[in-house]
Amino acid sequence: MSVTLVVLECGAATTVQDGGRRGYLRFGLSSSGPMDRLAHAAANALVGNAIDAPAIEFGLSGGRFRVEGGSVRLALAGARCPITLDGEQIGHHRSVVLREGAQLRIDRPRDGVFTTLALAGGIVLPPSMGSVSLHRRAALGGLNGRPLREGDRLALAPPPVSGEADHMLDPVAIDRDQPIRVVLGPQEGRFTASGIETLLGSIFTVSTQADRMGYQLDGPRIKHGKMGADIVSDGTVAGSIQVPGSGRPIVLLADRQTTGGYPKIATVVSADLRRLAQRQPGNPVRFASVPLEEAVRLARERAVEIAALPALRAPLLDAADRLRLANLAGNAVDAFSFEE
Amino acid sequence: MTLQYPRLLACGDTAFTIEFGDTIDAELNATVLALDAKLAETQLPGLVETVPTYRSLTVHCDPVAVDPAELGRQVLALARAGLRPPKPGRSWRIPVVYGGEFGIDLSSVAQHHGLSPDEVIARHAGGEYRVAMLGFLPGYAYLSGLDPALALPRRPTPRALTPAGTISIGGVQALVASIAAPSGWHLLGRTPVRIFMPGREPTFLLQPGDAVRFEPTGADRWAALDRAAAAGDAVAERVDA
Repeated sequence: MSVTLVVLECGAATTVQDGGRRGYLRFGLSSSGPMDRLAHAAANALVGNAIDAPAIEFGLSGGRFRVEGGSVRLALAGARCPITLDGEQIGHHRSVVLREGAQLRIDRPRDGVFTTLALAGGIVLPPSMGSVSLHRRAALGGLNGRPLREGDRLALAPPPVSGEADHMLDPVAIDRDQPIRVVLGPQEGRFTASGIETLLGSIFTVSTQADRMGYQLDGPRIKHGKMGADIVSDGTVAGSIQVPGSGRPIVLLADRQTTGGYPKIATVVSADLRRLAQRQPGNPVRFASVPLEEAVRLARERAVEIAALPALRAPLLDAADRLRLANLAGNAVDAFSFEE
Repeated sequence: MTLQYPRLLACGDTAFTIEFGDTIDAELNATVLALDAKLAETQLPGLVETVPTYRSLTVHCDPVAVDPAELGRQVLALARAGLRPPKPGRSWRIPVVYGGEFGIDLSSVAQHHGLSPDEVIARHAGGEYRVAMLGFLPGYAYLSGLDPALALPRRPTPRALTPAGTISIGGVQALVASIAAPSGWHLLGRTPVRIFMPGREPTFLLQPGDAVRFEPTGADRWAALDRAAAAGDAVAERVDA
């Protein structure tokens, strides 16, 4: 008998995402996929799934869930939401078993925006154009081309490893105010020197116009040069910082438009997309320019970090286990000085 | 300062753009499509996908597999080496119901140009268009070849929602919209043709380089054509094969 996840309640921006949809940019369809790829990979690694397996992404919200037809091992990673299992608080970045009859409750995160809920075995949904990631504008992927809502039932695949233990991982970092690194271009020449100085020297904040398509930023206006704010449309990437005539920058993200007619002053480096995505409306955003080589180095470092996650996960130990291990290693510790 | 085209523009660590110019021009677009075809044939390692536009080609790459700066130099060299013109695309005839509730800006566009609505229809439907790019939203087909006498600035205030299948013009561009979205363009008509339809083969009816003509169609035929299109029929007629 297969296990079903039942949605008792969830926020409006609750979607199914996998690694994303490739190959359709030339037709106007952006890739979608996780807003925080590191968190998505960590949650999947914790339950023994492939790191790009379909998982549930919450945006500034949470939900309540139960399972039918058996139990499932699950894990949450990313923005820190308070999580309870039948009223008992459990931690992030660890796996836990949700048994039939029990209720999982995830509350809105205090810090960060996107949280990934991975389920051992993964969610069974028919791929649309090679992916189950929801692209809301195109009504593609997800459950019938829409976000999840109360009453939805998701079939789960059998876990890859049965009867394994719970695991934990170091939490993925969420920072609120360190600079987001950018590479200048492609149209930095359409801005005055003071316009570029405004981008790199100011503190912006994430506006309430922020979703999976892009984040509009509040703050000082960025000045265009003599040629103005209109260009003949050209291609965008995840991280393109486009500046329309208003001078208010918009960072384009996973579900973005694939082409646009506003000049793009700079591009957020791929490794920092998740850091920007995790800033809540009202959080500060500063930009720092790095050379392309540095952006490439960071992307490669991130790929290594993600690939290492399955091997890095460690069996989850309770406090007594950890105390015993510490003593075995020869570092005598008493129960009172052992820090949780 | 004069710009040397084609040139390489940085788009972070996952892409770069080869820019051939900054105008809307059929010849420029043909060069973009020629480079696109050349890359499809060459299959450079680390190249993930390409996005042709009116006047540039954005190349997406995997920075783990390849140094984007190095790949950019390789592609730029190909762009400068001289490109064979792309083989002609397919030709389509697309039915359009003009005016009335289907094209609410037809009369204001006519008024703007001092033409009758029928003259606007004749000029729009008389054009031979080329799909210069698909972009913005899935299946949005941007066409070159609009009669310059129809060109006019976009509306000062965009509309919050325009219907799927909208046939519109803005500046010197003509557009076939695939899905409902906000738009600041002038709405001349609507087509029942689904340019983008998941589950249908092909999912995207048009490709960059395809030729398009519009066929004025009576409003009385809308319901039947729309039903056929919803059931997966192309409704657009292929006229080159």
